Amino acid sequence: MVGLIVVGCTIATGLALLALRENINLFFSPSQIVDGTAPSNTTIRLGGMVVSGSIQRGENLGVTFVLTDLAEQVTVAYEGILPDLFREGQGIVTQGKLDSSGRFFAEQVLAKHDETYMPPEVNDALRKVMEVGQ
Amino acid sequence: MIPELGTFSLILALLCAIVQGTFPLLGAHRNHYHWMNLARSAAWSQLVFVGLAYACLTVSFLSHDFSVRYIALNSNTQLPVIYLISGVWAGHEGSLLLWALILAGWTGAVERCSSAIPQEMRARVIAVMGLVSTGFLLFIIMTSNPFARQFPIPLEGNDLNPLLQDPGLAIHPPILYLGYVGFSVPFAFGIAALLAGRLDGAWARWSRPWTLFAWSFLTIGIALGSWWAYNELGWGGWWFWDPVENASFMPWLVGTALVHSLAATEKRGVFKAWTVLLALVAFSLSLLGTFLVRSGILTSVHAFANDPARGVFILIFLSLVVGLSLGLYAWRAPSVRSTLVTSPISRESLILINNILLMVTTATILLGTLYPLVMDALGLGKISVGAPYFNSVFVPLTAPLVLLLGTASVIRWKQDKIKRLLWILTPALLISFVIGVLWPVFNMPHYSSVAIFGVTLGVWTFATAVVGVWSRTSGGNRWRRLRNTPSSFYGMTLAHIGVGVFAIGIALTSAFSVEKQVRMAPGDHQLIGGYDFRFDGVIDVRGANYVAQRGIITVLKDGLPISRLEPEKRTYQVQRNPMTEAGIEAGLMRDLYVSLGEPLDDGRSWGLRLYLKPFIRWIWLGALLIAIGGLIAGFDRRYRLPSGIRNRSPSTVTTPSVGI
Repeated sequence: MVGLIVVGCTIATGLALLALRENINLFFSPSQIVDGTAPSNTTIRLGGMVVSGSIQRGENLGVTFVLTDLAEQVTVAYEGILPDLFREGQGIVTQGKLDSSGRFFAEQVLAKHDETYMPPEVNDALRKVMEVGQ
Repeated sequence: MIPELGTFSLILALLCAIVQGTFPLLGAHRNHYHWMNLARSAAWSQLVFVGLAYACLTVSFLSHDFSVRYIALNSNTQLPVIYLISGVWAGHEGSLLLWALILAGWTGAVERCSSAIPQEMRARVIAVMGLVSTGFLLFIIMTSNPFARQFPIPLEGNDLNPLLQDPGLAIHPPILYLGYVGFSVPFAFGIAALLAGRLDGAWARWSRPWTLFAWSFLTIGIALGSWWAYNELGWGGWWFWDPVENASFMPWLVGTALVHSLAATEKRGVFKAWTVLLALVAFSLSLLGTFLVRSGILTSVHAFANDPARGVFILIFLSLVVGLSLGLYAWRAPSVRSTLVTSPISRESLILINNILLMVTTATILLGTLYPLVMDALGLGKISVGAPYFNSVFVPLTAPLVLLLGTASVIRWKQDKIKRLLWILTPALLISFVIGVLWPVFNMPHYSSVAIFGVTLGVWTFATAVVGVWSRTSGGNRWRRLRNTPSSFYGMTLAHIGVGVFAIGIALTSAFSVEKQVRMAPGDHQLIGGYDFRFDGVIDVRGANYVAQRGIITVLKDGLPISRLEPEKRTYQVQRNPMTEAGIEAGLMRDLYVSLGEPLDDGRSWGLRLYLKPFIRWIWLGALLIAIGGLIAGFDRRYRLPSGIRNRSPSTVTTPSVGI
């Protein structure tokens, strides 16, 4: 009985860790995309502020916009409906893949339900840029 | 004036809580009758003062007293009355006050219903709850007083977060808190029993109804949260594995384990130390939930305005509670002698496996929730753990649980025979397979192994429940046996059926949901799963405190209109945030769901989300059945009898019977 439990728990832990390793998404800032730190063709998260005037609608529900951490800029392409609080100057996080030419294809766009709210990741990235600038 | 009265009552409540947390404890230790007796009056006075403070805040909300900072931030003169009342718990300060009120309420309830419990035990339980309350009231008074004034006084309030202006969410926090805070009762019973060094069947019997009530409320609270997210977030999803959701789900899982192991401890005297540990962990995870939601360290759809400074207080409080209670456990538990499980084929072993599976599930969810925080704290980079992780660990861990659950209706305590179980359960197994395979094949658009699996499990719980009631009442007058069966058995049966309904809901929704994001101009059609969605355009409407654009979508089946959906995009007058209000036609077999995206360049077309969601209602229906089952079990007459009258003699315990 005890042996079975131990074996079961070990298998469960192993499977959980395996599943965890496959489903971790790292967060990157636009600067890290531009300087090549971010891997391409892997699901990652990219966060920043939406640059004013950069939102462009295309065919159907295609849309592109530019994210910045006030140092570098990355163009993001997305197909679908944007969240309610997606707007210029808003801090947002996207999840998707970077292709080899440096364009980011988002599968998900997350904006928070509070206009004064800045995602902690984006906040940190902005602060890092500010510190370097001083 | 009224806000000052509120602050003053909070301070008085704190003083009562300190008295309640110290004297009865010392009295129980020194066998000092009058000190123990203080528990009663201190608990009731605390309830009165916290209630008064809560009433003061509500009155200030109703009278639009914007000199109170919290009210200015969360209210507005245009706000409908129901949201003025629910606005009290819309933000951090008020929801803590609600926490304290509910804790004082549970304490009062325990005080009132425990006249049959020895005075020493009762004094300790009330005192432990007093100590928890002391921590929370200190927290409110020191870091987050809802009555804090501000100057200059604004003429108009900042309005309630539009997301919270929904009836589902208005009642979600109180119900959820009833569950969270309710786990303080088994926690207090556990600590009291450890202090007294008496962990016996009586202890388990006293804790059981309270645990069942708290657990049922938590179930309803979580289901309401999920239902609200489905209505209000406009993504058509019902569970996102969001850290805040996980924070409420983990105490639920541990609570579920606790509900089961308490039964084994009460009936058979097994797992005594383990059961106490579960009670401690369930409440600790409730506190961790509060900490995670309120500290601002999480990226989440629920991340409303937060203040990290407060997180430090909760963290210290959490470490004190967890550290002290686990310390006490380590000190006292080794001396506890549990009866050993005699046979691997018995109800005890089944409960043991249930507990292991539930705890491993909790651990994997905890891992996925805390891993990003730990990585961040260690400076190893910012990561997030995606929903696929949780799905891929959750399903394999809980599916065996549902399978085992079916045998719970018939298996006996102490020792049972595999042959007997097979004999009774084989018909149920066959029926489940037949219905499980045939239902999705005949009723659904395409083959899906997930659907077959889920429906088989669901029917299995139902079939075994019927077999359970049948075999329990066979022999003699069936009607009389039905009446004499304790309500805890019916509660268990109903809750287990609820799990099956829930499983069917998840399986069919995830297998056959259809989602489309489309661009539509007035007059356009979209065909989804046999339903024809026609977009008839958008009109402007005006609500009490918002203006909205309302889309009109007619759904046709075989050329005939069957439903008209009216999703809205609302803009609230003060906060100016656009808000999506989905248009849903609910049905037992399927939901038609439309949400408005955004107006597109040409001014006529809109981005729309169209969904067909088969059987999604079954998810909440299942949760509701689980909760009702828990409540029915908690109201079992057995728990209400004074301890002396129903003396459980050893002979009734050792007879192999199908009690629970």
